[in-house]
Amino acid sequence: MHFLPESLYRMGHTKNMDFDDVVNATVNVLRKAHTELPEDVVTAIRNAHEREENEIARRTLETILKNVEAAKKLKVPMCQDTGIPVFFVEIGRDLRLEFDLCKAIREGVRRATLEIPLRPNAVHPITRENSRDNTGVHIPQINLEIVEGDELKITAMPKGAGSENVSALKMMLPTEVNKIRDFVVETVLRAGGKPCPPIFVGIGIGGTFDGAAKLAKKALLRNVLEMNEFEFEILKAINDLGVGPMGLGGKTTALAVLCEIGHCHTASLPVAVNIQCWANRRAEVVLR
Amino acid sequence: MEYEIRTPLSVEEVLKLRVGDLVYVTGELFTARDEAHARALKWLEENKELPFNFDKAVVYHCGPLVKKNDEWKVVSAGPTTSARMNPFTPKILERVSCMAIIGKGGMSNEVVEAMKGKAVYLAFTGGAGALAAQSIKRVKGVVWDDLGMPEAVWLLEVEKFGPCIVAIDAHGGSLYNR
Repeated sequence: MHFLPESLYRMGHTKNMDFDDVVNATVNVLRKAHTELPEDVVTAIRNAHEREENEIARRTLETILKNVEAAKKLKVPMCQDTGIPVFFVEIGRDLRLEFDLCKAIREGVRRATLEIPLRPNAVHPITRENSRDNTGVHIPQINLEIVEGDELKITAMPKGAGSENVSALKMMLPTEVNKIRDFVVETVLRAGGKPCPPIFVGIGIGGTFDGAAKLAKKALLRNVLEMNEFEFEILKAINDLGVGPMGLGGKTTALAVLCEIGHCHTASLPVAVNIQCWANRRAEVVLR
Repeated sequence: MEYEIRTPLSVEEVLKLRVGDLVYVTGELFTARDEAHARALKWLEENKELPFNFDKAVVYHCGPLVKKNDEWKVVSAGPTTSARMNPFTPKILERVSCMAIIGKGGMSNEVVEAMKGKAVYLAFTGGAGALAAQSIKRVKGVVWDDLGMPEAVWLLEVEKFGPCIVAIDAHGGSLYNR
């Protein structure tokens, strides 16, 4: 996993990390994610704007860049869909936490909803009743991982619904490795203008049914300017579709394709495609 | 071509717009997404009077992020994915003389057909919520707030809201069908 130095900032050195430190860090990391697009993402959009020849596409990319600047200057969320709060948390194994970490993150989400503010998006899946504070059953989604060291790293990745809704997962046949690219490209074509292109495409190959989806989402945390040959090849095929920014035509349909793999059962080939809008929002904070 | 359109709309104004034109909207618009569309249709079928009027109106597919201090203020308010409103829109268009929809991502061929002679679809850049909020001057009111902030119907006063691109016109033209 690659993390950006510019998106990394450290809190003041505290001897004993407590509940409130994590609450505050959660509010801060969400604020940063919503108001400042990571530098690599902005660079990818700027590069696309320079390359784009379609007039409507150029204008659309220009509007996106103006919006990013406005959000940063006014310190307001760049998009009204402030998403579902997703967190990736790395806990150093030498840390001793004398409080409920997940409870602190939940409290941070509640406070961020009021203070930033964030749109309350979390609803009961059947009754559709809004919880009004972005928390609920399994929300925020908190992914915990134990790592070496004595630091606590919280990465916030608010995920909007427009792009999440057109994501896809397929249990492919083990003999269909050469059809992975087609599945990804078809998924992007079917999505059309819905996910707010230009998009970022996270791909998870292997693992299990749920594991592939998790890999696809984690892939979206990577630096979008660093792609391997396989990823470039898929990106090229996607941009040949001509969907363009907001589905209005042009050669910028995706800005990056990011792929993570995991070993899988010899009889399986799970492939997950997690689509992310141009607002590839993420920020991280490190506590000690 | 570049136009500024004002609400309430007229059929003539709607008919002159062609795909690819740029449009800025001034006047009033109201937000409506999945839940508001579903309830509006239910009420119309039951002959109940709606607290807002689709006729000659600009409907914004948007769930705004708003904040209340003394009064409501729009913080960020870009468009939501219009395709989710595909099943409701033809039935609403049957009941109006003219209308404009602002959204993102385009709508179905059935909607394109139902828009002929009376309605246009204006694409505003998805995710550009901070920018959109700058041309929203005032929240004039909110109804159906029991649906929650994103799904409620917000009546907004706008000035030169845009740039919107005419992506589906009233003559069957669509930028999405290429």
